[in-house]
This record gives sequence, C-alpha cells and structure tokens, in this order.
Amino acid sequence: MTLAVFFGCTFIAFGPALGLFLFTIARDPLRIIILIAGAFFWLVSLLLSSLIWFIAVKASDPNDEQLQKGLLIFGVMFSVLLQEAFRFLYYKLLRKAIEGLVALSEDGCSPISIQQMAYVAGVGFGLMSGAFSMINLLADALGPGTVGIYGDSQLYFLTSAFMTMVLIFLHTFWGILFFHGCENRRWWEIAAVVVMHLAVSGSTFCNPLYVGSLVPSYVLMAVAATWAYLLSGGSAQNVRRFLLCLQSGASPQPGS
Amino acid sequence: MTELSAHLPQFQHGQLTENFPDNHLSNTNDNSERRRHDNSERRRNDNPESETNGQPQNNIQQVVEQDEEEDEELTLKYGAKHVIMLFVPVTLCMVVVVATIKSVSFYTRKDGQLIYTPFTEETETVGQRALNSILNAAIMISVIIVMTILLVVLYKYRCYKVIHGWLIISSLLLLFFFSFIYLGEVFKTYNVAMDYITLALMIWNFGVVGMICIHWKGPLRLQQAYLIMISALMALVFIKYLPEWTAWLILAVISVYDLVAVLCPKGPLRMLVETAQERNETLFPALIYSSTMVWLVNMAEEDPEAQRKASKNSTYDKQAPANQAQNEDAEADDGGFSQEWQQQRDSRIGPIESTPESRAAVQALPSNSQTSEDPEERGVKLGLGDFIFYSVLVGKASATASGDWNTTLACFVAILIGLCLTLLLLAIFKKALPALPISITFGLVFYFATDNLVQPFMDQLAFHQFYI
Repeated sequence: MTLAVFFGCTFIAFGPALGLFLFTIARDPLRIIILIAGAFFWLVSLLLSSLIWFIAVKASDPNDEQLQKGLLIFGVMFSVLLQEAFRFLYYKLLRKAIEGLVALSEDGCSPISIQQMAYVAGVGFGLMSGAFSMINLLADALGPGTVGIYGDSQLYFLTSAFMTMVLIFLHTFWGILFFHGCENRRWWEIAAVVVMHLAVSGSTFCNPLYVGSLVPSYVLMAVAATWAYLLSGGSAQNVRRFLLCLQSGASPQPGS
Repeated sequence: MTELSAHLPQFQHGQLTENFPDNHLSNTNDNSERRRHDNSERRRNDNPESETNGQPQNNIQQVVEQDEEEDEELTLKYGAKHVIMLFVPVTLCMVVVVATIKSVSFYTRKDGQLIYTPFTEETETVGQRALNSILNAAIMISVIIVMTILLVVLYKYRCYKVIHGWLIISSLLLLFFFSFIYLGEVFKTYNVAMDYITLALMIWNFGVVGMICIHWKGPLRLQQAYLIMISALMALVFIKYLPEWTAWLILAVISVYDLVAVLCPKGPLRMLVETAQERNETLFPALIYSSTMVWLVNMAEEDPEAQRKASKNSTYDKQAPANQAQNEDAEADDGGFSQEWQQQRDSRIGPIESTPESRAAVQALPSNSQTSEDPEERGVKLGLGDFIFYSVLVGKASATASGDWNTTLACFVAILIGLCLTLLLLAIFKKALPALPISITFGLVFYFATDNLVQPFMDQLAFHQFYI
C-alpha cells in the first residue's frame, strides 16, 4: 500500500494515456476541447446507465444476492451499449463541427480531420472511463491497509491498473474503428466495436480469475490496435521503416 | 465594429455587491464584478477583426465588411486557443482548492457561519433545514443585489474614489489576512514550526507584491498567479463558512441572477455598462483575470510584439494620462470591441472595481493599424467571480460528496464543458453572456447525479471488479 503502490498503479494505468496526451493532444487547443467533450459524453452515458440501474435496484429486493448481481450484469451490458450509442452521437456532433470548420475556413479544409478527431475522442472516452474506474482505488491505495485480507485476491490494485490501461487503449482504438465505420458506412465495423466492448466487459465477470479477463482483453487490444493502424493508413512497411529509422522513400539514415 | 469603438471606456465596477466591513463577504463584490468581467471578457473572443485585418491600413469598417465567414472561422480557431487559455487557470484554481480541501482540515471544519447566512442548518427536521437554507440564500442574494445597485449608483454619481478604496481594501484583506490564515492552517496541518518574524516577512512580501501586481504593474504570469490565488482563497472561505444546503442554493440562485442581470435590459450590470459607454470610460481590470497583456497604443507601427510585451498589464491611469489619450484612440480602432465587451461584462457582473489600470489597460488596446497584432495575443478575460464560484462548486463536491473523487472529477468536466459552451455561444451570438449559468447548472446536475446515482453503481462495480 501507500506511495509505492499508489505511484505504481497510477503510472501503469495512466502512463501510456498521459504520454498520448502530452505528445499528440496537448499542443493543439482544438484537440483538448474535443478530448474534454469526449470525456463529457462518456460521463453522460454513464449517468444515464447508472440511472437505469439505480431504478432497477430500487424496484427490486435488496436482499436477493443473485438478483442484485444479475441486475449489476444487466447494468454493465446496458452501460456498454449506451456508451457506444453516445460514441455515435459524438461522431454526429463532430461531423457537424467539421462541416462548420470547413465552411468557415479560408482554404476549404478543416484544421483537423475526422480521423484525428476519432483518435482524440477515443482517448477522451478512455481517459474518463479509466479515471472513473481507478481514481477512488488510487486514493484508497495511498492509505494504510492490507489488500485481500479477507481472502480476496491480493493483486486487486495491480490488476485494476492493468485493466484500466487496456481499457484506455481499447477506447482509443475503438474510437478510430467506430468513426471509420460511420464515415464509410461500414456497419460491420461498428458492430465489431460493440461486440468487442461487450466481450471485454463480459470477460471482467470472471474476475478475480484474472487470466479470464486480462488475457482476452489484451489480445483484443492487440487486434483492435492492428486494425485501427491499418485503417489509419499504416502498413507493415511503415512499421518496418519506422523500426529501422528509414526516411520514407530514401535510403536508410541513422536515427531521425 | 465601429459601433464598438464608441465604447471606449471599460467599466470598472467597484465592489458592487457588498460593502461590508466583514472580511468574508467583501469579496463577493469582487465576485459579481468578476463575473461580469467574465462576460465582457468572453466577448473579446468574438473580435474577428484583428484576425481578418490583414492589411495595416484597413480600417475597421473594411474589416467588418470583409468575409464574414473568415471572421467566424478565425473566431472559431481563435476561440479554441482562448478556451484553453481559460481552461488552464480555471483548472489551476480548482486544483488548488481541491488540494487544500483534501489536506487542510480547517476548511471542512464547521466553525460557525457568516453573518449573511444567519440561519443554522443544524435543525431537527428536514423541512426546517430546507427553510433555513432558503432564507440564508435569499439573504445572501439580496445583499449581492443591493451591493450591485449600490455600485451602479456610485458609478453613476462618479464616486470613483469610493469604489477604488473599496477595491483596495478588499484586496488588502484577501492578500494579507486570508493568506495569513491559510498559511497558518497549512503549517498546522503539516506540523511545521514557524516563528512570527519569518511569517510576518513572508506575508508582507506576498501581500505587497500581490497588491502591486494586481493594482499596478507586474509580470503577466505573476499577476495571473495572484488572481488565481486570491480566487482560491475566497472560494475556500465560502466553502468553509457556507453550510451545505445554503451553498448549493446560493450557487443555483447566483447563476440565475447572473443570467438576469446580464441579459435583462433593466439589469444593474447592463445599466453600468451603458453608463460606462456613455462616458467612454474604462473599468478596472483588477478583478479580471486576463490571459494576455494589455497593449499600449501608438506602438504598433514599430514593433507591436515588443511593445505588447513591454506594456504589461495595467498602467496606472494617473501616471500615464497621455497614454490614455492615445489609448482612447487605439481603443476606438480595435479596442472598441473589447470595450463594449467589458462594459457588457461589467454590466453583467455588476460593479467591478474600476482602477486606473483597467482604464489604461483598456485604453491600451491595440490600434487598428497594428496589423501585425496577433489576434491571439488579444487574449481573453474571465471575471474572478466565475473562478470563485466554479471553485466553490468543485471544492464543495470534493469536501462533502460520498463519491469523492468521481464526483469531483465529474463536476470538473461539467464546468469545463459549460465554459466551452459559453464561449461558443459567445462566438455565435457575439454579445455579452453570463459565464456562470451553463457551467454551474451542469456542475450541479452532475454533482447530484454522480453522488446519488453513479457512485453506488461504481461502488458495486469496483466491489466485483467489473469494468464497463
């Protein structure tokens, strides 16, 4: 517990996202606004899904454990669907924003493309989702205590941090995939994102059997990453060139 | 924009809302003023002229007639940067307040109430508590209204000295007394032993430099830092001394008041603005957070950039009368926009201290001929009252919410989005708008929703380690 666990878990969960933010988003004010708006949309979706869950719980018997767990599972699934619905709404909003930007620009092109917006929106969703999952845990990790003293898993904080990290990444990739699907009218991409999200959330139902939730999530993350990379114009060649520090179209040069 | 050039002077509302000797509330005035400033500030964002004015010699008329769409787009791009320029200080203020609330227990301890909220909330029944909090909020808001009207009256009858004195006294109080208390409590929290001599030296330096930076000249960043610090201090005072239900009610009522005072034709703020416009005067910037420096007039031809940097924030009116005259011209050109803005802002926020600096500051706006004027340098201003109430909301959320950090985070995002929307509306409608209503509404909705609905859900999810 205390500082070591706190900092470790914070950096595991939010380190990559912080890197993404600092290097790609922080410099452009428009992107920061899109990020915060994305976080807001996620928040609203969470609010609505909590409302539904709350009503369901209040209308049911509080002593029935199985029922409560079932309601929670229902709440999770509903929340996932609502998040994706709000992602779609956000896509609509950003499309309008781009049209506005294009109409107002001098040279007829928008200062930011829909793909960049998709990426930033994904990061926004991911950051907010991760923050809501993790922040109270981190605050508790700062204080004294023993993890799993009643027989629960001792890896609670660590696995939470890893799960948060993978979720942030997944949201980023899903953002790209989803917007691409909406842009090009490929509904199966959108369906794939929804199914993946349901699968990842569903896999967490096996917790604390972490191998059942973390491993599939990371595998899905790798799949989503590759897919999003390919959709964004990447290719195996680009990766090779990047790794060998080649300039595009030129002979290999050291470093860059 | 020519019509704007007529509104040269910016209003400086003195401490409108409250004239009290009471330390705590003297800043409410500032708050209202600040809010109004905020409104006018926001209008600044609207000024597309500087952007579209590519040629030095174009006059405003031509600029106006230029491609409106260009203006709008530039306004939008221009606006994005200015939204961020406001996000950063608002975030900083909130971070300071939340960090203090979480670590220094003094500000969450119940040590009585202000005289403006005489009814206690420790009652036996819920109904009684509700009634008391409504009465408290009513008293507080009427005090604010009275103060606003008082300020308008003072301004109308040209009692500038009174307003100025009022402002100085309240800044003195904040910078010396409240910071002394704050420092004392921080030392107690961290068990740091400190002797009075060192403490006196620190507070003296802090206070004097603060007074100089805020009311006179100083490095921009330092002035911004001081404004953020005094906003945070004020917000902490509110968080400590306002009982819970009263605080939420006051937040709600003040947003409504802000809306009404700014948009109604007979609102005190509006009257203030109009009076300032008639007199072609400027208002005090002392209660306004400004993201850029004020420019000096007549500097453009040579090197606007350098001069911009040289001019800094506000130059004392009395010390630069000539400057003022020039400033007036400059204002007419390009500053007119901000002037009306500030006036609107003032009218919205209510009496804002008008200091010579703000006058100079306003007048120091760049002239039309400054083509190289970077539109983004024009900056954006936000009233300190907005800072204060945003921070009160987030601070209260972090102090009293069962959801704790989730609620705080939700309120934070809600307020930022509200601010963003307000700026967007400003860009669209191009008239003075109040800064509080949208943000505070979102903040309140998210506070209560997150605390009561989302928190149990997240608790259950965390318990089972489910992820959504």
